[in-house]
Order: sequence, then C-alpha cells, then structure tokens
Amino acid sequence: MTPTRTNEGDGGDLLQMRDLRVEGRVEETWSEIVKGVDLDLRRRELLGLIGESGAGKSTIGLAAMGHVRAGCRIAGGSIVFDGVELRGMDNATRRSLLGVRIAYVAQSAAAAFNPAHTIGSQVIEAAVQHDVMSPAAARKRAVALYRQLRLPAPETFGRRYPHQVSGGQLQRAMLAMAMVCGPDMIVFDEPTTALDVTTQFEVLLAMKQAIKAENMAGLYITHDLAVVAQLADRVMVLRYGETVEEGETERILDAPQADYTRQLLNVRKALKSDRHPDEGDHVLRLDGITASYGRDGPRVLEDVSLSVPRGTTAAIVGESGSGKSTLARAATGLLPPLGGRIELAGEPLRHRLRQRTLEQLRRLQMIYQMPDVSINPAQRIEVVIGRPLTLYFGMTGRARRERVEQLLQQVELPPDYADRRPSELSGGQKQRIGIARALAAEPDVIICDEVTSALDQVVAQGILSLLLRLQDETGISYVFITHDLATVRAIADTVAVMYQGRIVESGVADEVLRDPQTDYAKLLLSSVPEMKIGWLEEVEQARKARHVGVEAMTESAGD
Amino acid sequence: MQRFIRTLAGAPLTAKLGLAIIALYLFTAVFAPLLAPYGERAIVGAQYLGPGPDHWLGTDNLGRDMLSRVIFGARNTVFIALIATMLAFLIGVVMGFTAAVSRGLVDQILSRVVDGIMSIPILIFGLLLLTVFGTSIPVLITVIAVLESTRVYRLARAVGMNIVVMDYVEAAYLRGEGTWWIMRHEILPNALSPLIAEFGLRFCFVFLFISALSFLGLGIQPPTADWGSMVRANASLISFGDPTPLIPAAAIAVLTVAVNFVVDWFLYNVSGLQE
Repeated sequence: MTPTRTNEGDGGDLLQMRDLRVEGRVEETWSEIVKGVDLDLRRRELLGLIGESGAGKSTIGLAAMGHVRAGCRIAGGSIVFDGVELRGMDNATRRSLLGVRIAYVAQSAAAAFNPAHTIGSQVIEAAVQHDVMSPAAARKRAVALYRQLRLPAPETFGRRYPHQVSGGQLQRAMLAMAMVCGPDMIVFDEPTTALDVTTQFEVLLAMKQAIKAENMAGLYITHDLAVVAQLADRVMVLRYGETVEEGETERILDAPQADYTRQLLNVRKALKSDRHPDEGDHVLRLDGITASYGRDGPRVLEDVSLSVPRGTTAAIVGESGSGKSTLARAATGLLPPLGGRIELAGEPLRHRLRQRTLEQLRRLQMIYQMPDVSINPAQRIEVVIGRPLTLYFGMTGRARRERVEQLLQQVELPPDYADRRPSELSGGQKQRIGIARALAAEPDVIICDEVTSALDQVVAQGILSLLLRLQDETGISYVFITHDLATVRAIADTVAVMYQGRIVESGVADEVLRDPQTDYAKLLLSSVPEMKIGWLEEVEQARKARHVGVEAMTESAGD
Repeated sequence: MQRFIRTLAGAPLTAKLGLAIIALYLFTAVFAPLLAPYGERAIVGAQYLGPGPDHWLGTDNLGRDMLSRVIFGARNTVFIALIATMLAFLIGVVMGFTAAVSRGLVDQILSRVVDGIMSIPILIFGLLLLTVFGTSIPVLITVIAVLESTRVYRLARAVGMNIVVMDYVEAAYLRGEGTWWIMRHEILPNALSPLIAEFGLRFCFVFLFISALSFLGLGIQPPTADWGSMVRANASLISFGDPTPLIPAAAIAVLTVAVNFVVDWFLYNVSGLQE
C-alpha cells in the first residue's frame, strides 16, 4: 500500500499527535522525555516548537516522522499523519512516506550532505529513488527550487560539490532537497542555528518565501523565539517535555500567559546599569596587533587596536571567521602576534605566553565557550578552583578549601559542590565553575570567549547577571567576545565590530548599536531577528531600497 | 568501593571468569613456596615420570616435579612480565605525552625513532639485543620494556594529542603551569581508560614474548622455572604422546585468554559500545 497525496480541502489536520509519550534510556532505567504532548498541525500551517535544550522539541519533531533516536522509544499516544497512524507502521510503508510526503531539514547541512557527491545528485535523490519523477524532471524541479531559494547560478548550482558553496547556500540546498518531492510537511530542526546572523537572515527569507510558494506545512523547531516569530503561524512553547503554552504567534508575543513564556520573551533585555568609566585608566590596551597562523599564512588580524577602560566591559562582536577569537589568543599569548603592542595595567606584555611572568598571567584570565571541555572532567571542583589559589597565592589545605567555598558562594553555588566532579553539574553550573576559577586568580581582566553561546537562554541570562554583579563588587574588567548582539546590548559598555580581521567600527556600545556608521555594522545589526511579526519583510524592504545585503557586502570586500 | 563491587557484579560471565583466573594466577605466584609440594630446582625422582600420587603432573627431563615448577613458573614469568610491562608503560607514556605536548620537532624526532624501532620485527630485534647484552633478568626486562614501549608510545601520543587540544589544557597553559604538571594532572587522568585497557593487552604480549624468548633459550635461564623454557625442555615428549609440555603451554594460553576477557569487558565499558 502506498499512501498517495491527498490535497482536497484546506482545513483539517495534517498531523495529529495525542498524548505522545517518548522515553529515553539512561543505563538501565527508562525516563520520559516527552510527557504526553498533544499537537495539531493544519495544512499549509507552520507551527513553531520552541524550548530550551531538553525540552523535547527535537524528539517531537522526529516523532512526527514516526522516528525516534537510538536509545529512545515511543511509549504511548498516537501520531496520525493525514489519517494514517505512524506508530507501529511497517518500515516499507513509512519509507514510502518519508522524503516524499514528509521531509526533514537538519541543523547542520555540512553533516547532512555527502561531500563525495554533487549537491544536485543528492537533492534529487529522494525523488528518483521513490519514483516520484524521472531524473530529468527532478533536475528541472531542483533548478526551479534553487531559483526560488535565491541560490546563485541556479542552472549550474547542482553541479557543485558541498565544499564549493557557503554554509548558508548549503543550508538552502538542503531545503531544496527536502522540497523536491513537494512534501505535505517538512520538519525543520534548528535549520539556522549554526549560521551567522547575516547568513541566517538570507536563509530565513528564502525559506519563508519558498514555503509559502509551495503551500507546505511544517514544524519549525528552534530555541529562538525571534526567529520563530518571523515564520510560524502558531507557536507551541515546550519545557521538560510538556506543553507550556500554545497559540497564534501574535498572541504569544503580545500576551503570553505562562510565566516561562514571559521569561523567554524578556531574555537579554538590558541588564547593565549606566556607568561612566574613567576614560584615562585603561587596564588592557592592544595596539596595532597583527597575527597569522604560521609565519607566511594569511593575516587573521590586521592592525587591531583596542583598549579597555578599568572596570568596564568591552565587547568584541563579529561573525565566524572575523578574527575575534584570534584576538583573544593573541592577547593571551597563545598565538604570539607578529607585530603590535600589548599592555596590561600600564605594563607591556611579552608576546609569547612562556615569556610572561606568573604575576602577569594571573592578572589576565579567561573563560571559555564550552564549559564541558574547559574544565578537566577528571578533577574535583575543589581542585579546579583551588589550583590557581595554590599556584598564585601558595594556598593549601584548610585555607584553600575555605577560599574555594567562598568563591563557590560568590558564583551562587552551594559550597559543598567543591567535592563534586564536573560531570555531576549542569552546563550552566559548569560555566559558573569556570567563572569561579578565573575569579580565584583575582585578575584585572577576564576575557570571556562566547561564554553564553553554548547555554540555554534563561541560563545564559543568569550567567550574564552574575558577571555584571561580580563586576560591580570587584571592579573587574571584561573583554567579551561574542557573535550575539543581544548579549552586547545587555552588558557591554564599549563595543568593537570586527570583520575580516579588522575592527571596522568601535565606540560606546549604546551609540554604535543605535546608530552604526559603517556598512558592515549596519548590515550586522539589522540582521539580528527582532521579536516582532513582519520584521523580516521590513528589513528586506529597507535593504532593497538602499541596496545593502550580504551579496553587496562581499562584492565590495572584493576578494 | 560499593560502585566497584556493583560494576563487578554486573560484569559478563567471561569477564568474571577472566578475573577469577587472574586472581588465581596472582595467588599462586605470591604464595608459590607454600603451595608447591617440592622445591623449584630440587631433583626429586626419575626423569619423565608419568602423573602419579607423588608427582601429580609427573617429572621433567631432569626428574624435577612438574607441578612445583609450574607453580614457581607463575611467579617468575608473571612477575617479570608485569615489571617489564610497567616499565614499558612508564617509558612509552612519558615519551608519548611529551610528543603530544611539545609537537613540532620533538614529536618528529621521537616518532621517527619509534618508527625505526618498530620497523624491525620485535622478536628478531629482541634476540639481537639479548645476544649483545647477555641474558640476565634485568637486561631481559629492560630490552622487553624498551621494545614494547614503542607500541605504548604510539597509543599515548595519539590519546594525548586528542587531550592537549582541549580547552582545559589551554587554560592550564594560560595559568602558567609547567609541562610536567600538565602531563601529570591534566592529560594522564583523562587518558587512563585507554591506557589501562592497553596495559592488559600489552601484558599478554610481553608475557608471550618472554615465553617465546625462553623457548628459544634467550629468556629466563635455567634452572629458574619458567613456562616457556619448560615447554622447550620437555618438547621432545610430545612425539611420544606424552602431554607434559602442554601443561606449561596451557598455563600461558589460559592466562592470555583470561586477560583478554577482562580487557574486552573493560574496553566495552569505557568506549560506550553498550549504546
């Protein structure tokens, strides 16, 4: 039996889940990941599933295709797609549905494409495999989709290999792959999360127009409410595997009912108080830094200058590849700069890490993006936080233990966590340990490299407020490296925008954010999704009028 | 401790069997003088006696009690293999981590030297070195440890390479830690699982290597009881249908299999294969 496409009637539910329960196995015990969720998806409707990690949104997305991850099982409930129960359906029948009537768009296009085949052959594969259309017809349809998705040179785009196109283009190609058979429903699992904001903007726009043009329904899974506001007709907020709230997108944004939804909406509103830093006293000063990987490699940093007034937060913002993390590596001496001058509290620093004194190292600390790999999993928390105390201040035994407990309290963790191992802590707690470790050295400056980007929004919010509180208490300065402008807005006093290894614009954060002067800063700032409906179209109109955009930008950069 | 017991209780039958056999071997090795009915070197009867009430496993080519020699053999062979393996790990792990931490020229030099040593078949190289330096037990241990450490080096370097790129190692550098501290406190604890599994396997190879050397006459020297040389000394009996030389051979085989059972179980646990 092959279910055929039924297109009659525009009302009616395409997908109906009732009391869906999915369990996951941890060692020998099964625990519920999804705890009885009801979901209705109408034809031509885009439903946004929003929640933090562990909310069960991806699990629901997969269940919508009758699928579960390894180590999981559907424990109860029903999943009815267009009148057919997906649970317990035999594999052959399900295969005839997947790819043809239900398609999936994953987060990482780079991982979804086989690098050894051309994009075109992979885009049409499902259509040809399922005998939906002839290879020639499929290719024709693919070209039409490339055009619809605004991919460059649609006639020949399919002949390229995955490594020959950019990340944003590959993500759109994956969308073409999902759409080639003209499915009734597409499951989008965080399709723009891994992209830079300017790229995300282009992908979102192309995606929205293509979905509307093709009259498809979809489940859009994301953690970013602002993104979902641009696309979804309806939003379902999930937490701990349960539905928190569900409603029309507009209603959710304007009048959220649940506290949790309100919390998500309020994320990263400005946290900092107005401060007037002493402009004369610069704690960290970088002057004309030039750096490359390998002596003859291309310059990753070109004449970068930056200074951080004492007791303030300087944000360095840019997209991937802009050189912002390299700047941190150059400042810390991990990647000795080829030229330039680094000054810490008025004292010039040697370029090489090994040539710096222990005292200089103490005064410049760092917090990392991923707490999972920045804290040694084999050490107890007491050792993690205590080691800098021993190294810098010679503290041991009882005194060290007391100081560790003090530091734990300072980062709002119970003192008995000193006896735990990192694996017993959550991501946000581990990041707090990372902060305590940096704090233990009593530094002048802490470099924070994307410290919140691996965390859920509400948790990230907590980390940011903690950092600000510590700044108020200790007068510490931060260099905050991030790609996330909302974070900058929330905590930075000054901001430097980096693009292709240079600082293109810098100044007082509020001014730069309000009224950027350079083209790139304008493009970057206007690409950050805002939590209002119709923002996507507004920005597109504005850009068309002034002819700015990613394409225009890369042309002018000219390499 | 409780977790350890629970893990042990949940082990598959093969692993339990393996652990029991290893425990038995160690017990035998430690208490050999108490367990053996006769002395290690004492000639107690006629040559080539068959199994009987006085000599459960008969006597060997010089009229020594086979059972006593098998028991003392456990002590000699197992302990020499254990010491050689530990020495091999000490050398291999330190060198491997040094290469992983230093990279660049140091890594190149160490790795190419190791490649050079590994390109010569280990048994031939071992025989050559033992011929040159003589066949005392310290020399035997050193030669085996050096040769086997090349294999350990490769593993330690590969595992170390994966760990040095972690942010916590970078954080240690930024903190101002020295190389030795980083190797000892940041890398080693996280490399322990693969190294312990490798230790089990390596021990088997060393053990077999010693037995092979002894069989060839360049290993543990008579009259010290050793399973490899015992096989050789009584090898001619096999053509008369007497199974005596198979007894020390079986002792070697059983221990090898037992260690492999345990290592398999351990690897299965640490590698996440159970998912």
